[in-house]
Amino acid sequence: MTDQPTHDASPRPHPADGSARPPETGAPPAAIESAVPGAQAYWNPYVAGFGLGVTLLVSYVVLGTGLGASATPARLSAVAAHAVAPAAVAANSYVGKWFEGGSPLLHYLVFMSLGVLLGGHLSARWAGRVQRVVERGPTASKRLRLGLAVGGGVLVGFASRLAAGCTSGQALSGGAMMFTGSWVFMLAIFVGAFSAARFVRREWS
Amino acid sequence: MQSLLTSFYASDTLHSAPALLSAALVGVAFGYFLERGGFGSSRKLASIFYLRDFAVFKVMFSAIITALLGARLFAATGIVDIGGWYALETFLWPQLVAGLVFGVGFVVGGWCPGTALVGAASGRIDALVFVGGTGVGSLVYAGAFPALDGFHRAGSLGVATLPELVGLTPGVTAFAIVLLALAAFAGADRLAAWQAARLRSRGAGH
Repeated sequence: MTDQPTHDASPRPHPADGSARPPETGAPPAAIESAVPGAQAYWNPYVAGFGLGVTLLVSYVVLGTGLGASATPARLSAVAAHAVAPAAVAANSYVGKWFEGGSPLLHYLVFMSLGVLLGGHLSARWAGRVQRVVERGPTASKRLRLGLAVGGGVLVGFASRLAAGCTSGQALSGGAMMFTGSWVFMLAIFVGAFSAARFVRREWS
Repeated sequence: MQSLLTSFYASDTLHSAPALLSAALVGVAFGYFLERGGFGSSRKLASIFYLRDFAVFKVMFSAIITALLGARLFAATGIVDIGGWYALETFLWPQLVAGLVFGVGFVVGGWCPGTALVGAASGRIDALVFVGGTGVGSLVYAGAFPALDGFHRAGSLGVATLPELVGLTPGVTAFAIVLLALAAFAGADRLAAWQAARLRSRGAGH
C-alpha cells in the first residue's frame, strides 16, 4: 500500500461571487492533513478502514473478542486509587472484583493498548507525524484546550463504564457484529457530539 | 466438524500469556491503522462534528462493513465458529445515555479512548491529558456505582441483534447495512461540499 492519497482531494476553484452553491456542483473541501511540517498525507480513509476491519476480524478469530481501549485507563486509575486507599477500592462493588485474581493490569485489553501505543507511534514516526504539541484550533489557548481535554475525558471515561465499552469495544466491534445496543450507543454518540459541537466551536476553529 | 480455530475466549484462556501477547500484536495493527487514517489528530477527529472532514465516519464504517462481511462469510462457510465469540448484551437505557454523554465528551475532549492512545504515542499533550481524564471519569463511575442502583442493566434485552429487531436474516441485514454505508459515504462528501459553500457565502457577506 502507498502513503500517497489515492483520492482526489484538491478543491475545485470557485468564483468569488459569494453565492452559496448547491451541493450538486460544489466539490468537498480537501481532507484535513497533519499540521506537522513535512508530514506525509494520511491514507485514503477507506483503505485505513479496510485495514482496521481486517484487524477487528483477526481479533475476533484469534482472541474471540473485539477491539477495546477504555478498559486500560479504567484499570490504571483503579490501580492508582488502590495504592492510595486499598480497602475502599477492594470494597467497591464495581472495581473491587478486578483485584481478586491478581493485578487488574494482567488483562488482554491492557496488553492491546500497549500494542496500540507501539503501532500508533511507529506509524506516526514513519510518516513524520510525531510532534510534542497541544493540538487546537487557531484561536484557542493552550489552557482552554487542555482544560476541555480533561473535562471531555472525564465524560468519556464515565460513559465508557456505563456502556461497558467505548467507540472501539461497543461501537466498532459490537456494531460489526450487529448488536442492537452497540448501534444505539453509536447513534447516540453522533447525536451527543453534533449537539454539543456548537458550544466548543472556539476550541477547534 | 469442529472448527480448526478455537479462540482464547472460547477456550477460556483469555488471561494466558499467549493470549496477552496476541492481544498486544492485534493492538499494534489497531494503532497502526488508526494513525494511518488520521486518528492521531484531535483537530481531524473533531472536524466531522463541524461537517468539515468525514474521515472519522468513513474509516469507522468501512471497518464495520469489512468485519461485518467477513463475519457473514465465516458464518456461511463454517470455517470459523462465530457463535463462540464474545457477545455484547443490550441494555437500552444505559447505552443510550452513555452514548449521549460520550458524544459530548468526544467533541469537547477531541478524542475517544483508543484514538487518545494513538495521539499520546504521536506526542499530543492534549491526548495524554484526555487519557488522564478518562481514568478520573472511570473512578467517578465506580464511586457512583452503588448509587446508580442497577441503572447499568436497565432495559435489558439480552444478546439482541439488528436482524432480530428488523425481522430479516443476518445476511440480508448485513447487505442492507453495506448499502446504507455506501449511500452515506456519497452523502458525506455532498454534505461537506454544502457546508463549505455555506461558510464561503457567509464569509463573503461580511
